[in-house]
Amino acid sequence: MTFLNFLIGGISLGSIYAIIALGYTMVYGIAKMLNFAHGDVIMVGAYICFYAISRFSLPPLVGVLLAMFVCTVLGMVVERLAYKPLRAAPSLAVLITAIGVSYFLQNAALLLWSSNPKVFPSVVGTGKVALFGGELTITHVTIVTIVSCVVIMLALTWFTGKTKMGKAMRACSEDKGAAQLMGINVNATISMTFAIGSGLAAIAGVLLCSAYPTLVPTTGSMPGIKAFTAAVFGGIGSIPGALLGGLLLGVIEIFAKAYISTQLSDAIVFAVLIVVLLVKPAGLLGKQIREKV
Amino acid sequence: MEPILKVDDINVYYGSIHAIKGVSFEVNKGEIVTLIGANGAGKSTTLNTISGLLHSKTGSVSFMGEDLAKVPSHKIVSKGLALVPEGRRIFLQMTVQENLEMGAYTCGTKTVDEDLGKVYAQFPRLKERYRQVAGTLSGGEQQMLAMGRALMSHPTLLMLDEPSMGLAPILVEQIFDIIQRLHQSGTTILLVEQNAQAALSVADRGYVLETGKVLTSGTGSELLASPVIKKAYLGG
Ligand SMILES: Nc1ncnc2c1ncn2[C@@H]1O[C@H](COP(=O)(O)OP(=O)(O)OP(=O)(O)O)[C@@H](O)[C@H]1O
Ligand SMILES: [Mg+2]
Repeated sequence: MTFLNFLIGGISLGSIYAIIALGYTMVYGIAKMLNFAHGDVIMVGAYICFYAISRFSLPPLVGVLLAMFVCTVLGMVVERLAYKPLRAAPSLAVLITAIGVSYFLQNAALLLWSSNPKVFPSVVGTGKVALFGGELTITHVTIVTIVSCVVIMLALTWFTGKTKMGKAMRACSEDKGAAQLMGINVNATISMTFAIGSGLAAIAGVLLCSAYPTLVPTTGSMPGIKAFTAAVFGGIGSIPGALLGGLLLGVIEIFAKAYISTQLSDAIVFAVLIVVLLVKPAGLLGKQIREKV
Repeated sequence: MEPILKVDDINVYYGSIHAIKGVSFEVNKGEIVTLIGANGAGKSTTLNTISGLLHSKTGSVSFMGEDLAKVPSHKIVSKGLALVPEGRRIFLQMTVQENLEMGAYTCGTKTVDEDLGKVYAQFPRLKERYRQVAGTLSGGEQQMLAMGRALMSHPTLLMLDEPSMGLAPILVEQIFDIIQRLHQSGTTILLVEQNAQAALSVADRGYVLETGKVLTSGTGSELLASPVIKKAYLGG
């Protein structure tokens, strides 16, 4: 039973990584850039939700929606101000800018909300479900996390596969010039991708802090880096890859903590990543595109 | 005849490289006009500038009397100007049908099914493979897809950048047949070709580009007969 407990814990943590990884992967897919500040958007989302619920006593759902709204706008503003002017710049300049945005957001949070840890109230309460005579307990947070991840995955798969806008997004990630020739507004599509990724980051932030309730301005960094790892693991640019990478990363991390060593768990996670990338450089589900001449 | 496309003294740069040096030409309604020239003459740069992928520092490009500098680049296709770009540039990870739907991106959803039917009738090979991922099509099929995709937007002026590149002679013939059929059905065509012989024999008029400038121009048969052109571009 403890095995099952760990497994469910891993899937739950992995679901959060997967939701964050989606933001990395979608933005990478279309803008071909690593949005280093993505992790910090998570933190902003968590703070917004925290203040909405704890200080302004709004219902949790309103808090989540508010956080999503603020993060969506934040994502679009960051893209417009920091990344769009660098569309033609070398990728190293964009990466450094993204790191700068990351520090900017963390320090802005420090000024606005101080470094004192906030105790995040779970948005779904602290209830649990006990199974097998109490041997297996699953918290409501876990259930909501996993369900959210599944719903988000299904929604995004539908969006990119079936809707006109989603297809335009895929077209832009393949070839922006050709997409523009089709009449697609490439800048608007990139902006929308940042909006979606950042909105999802808000959800991830709320779920993350519901499971691990200490909220500080650097809360987003480590999960951000791990989710980025997950995105690479699964194949950056691939939506199913983000899910697979996120889940595997979560499960490996929890198992490593449980059965090997708490201190070494992160090292083990990254070691697995290195091995996978040696065998499959494009990640588990990443595609090596062949071009016909 | 009124020109449908008027390119007036454009200068296009890639950084410090001056690729197009004051090119002017016109395409009249209903014509097939061809741009020929050696590798690097600036043919693709010219077409890409007309379709808004690149921008000219001077002069103007006007289409049906409208200055395209005032039209946002992604709105140009909805004015009736479509480009089949060099190297096809189809969306390799999307299916054949999705590629065609992208071609109709600016059209309402109502006519898409009908237009798909028309393109499939034109290119039966694409119909057989409508669910296949475009990256797995053969080179010739990819070229057909690129043309079909451009047709989905109902272009008044269709620009083709080396549509016969890399194709077997039989397919080249087929592509030229299709170009002539489109022309007969009223589409104006601006054709860029390495195969000057083939291009000039279908074209009403042609312009010869050399290192970013218009060297000479004339009707298709004039250029075919010109000794200079014969020597430089027709292999004898
Ligand atoms: N992206 C680019 N960056 C820098 N220079 C470029 C770029 N694209 C084209 N050029 C240069 O501009 C000039 C014109 O190129 P262009 O592609 O228009 O030639 P072309 O006539 O289409 O040739 P081809 O028949 O080989 O396709 C060439 O000298 C080329 O080297
Ligand atoms: Mg060319």
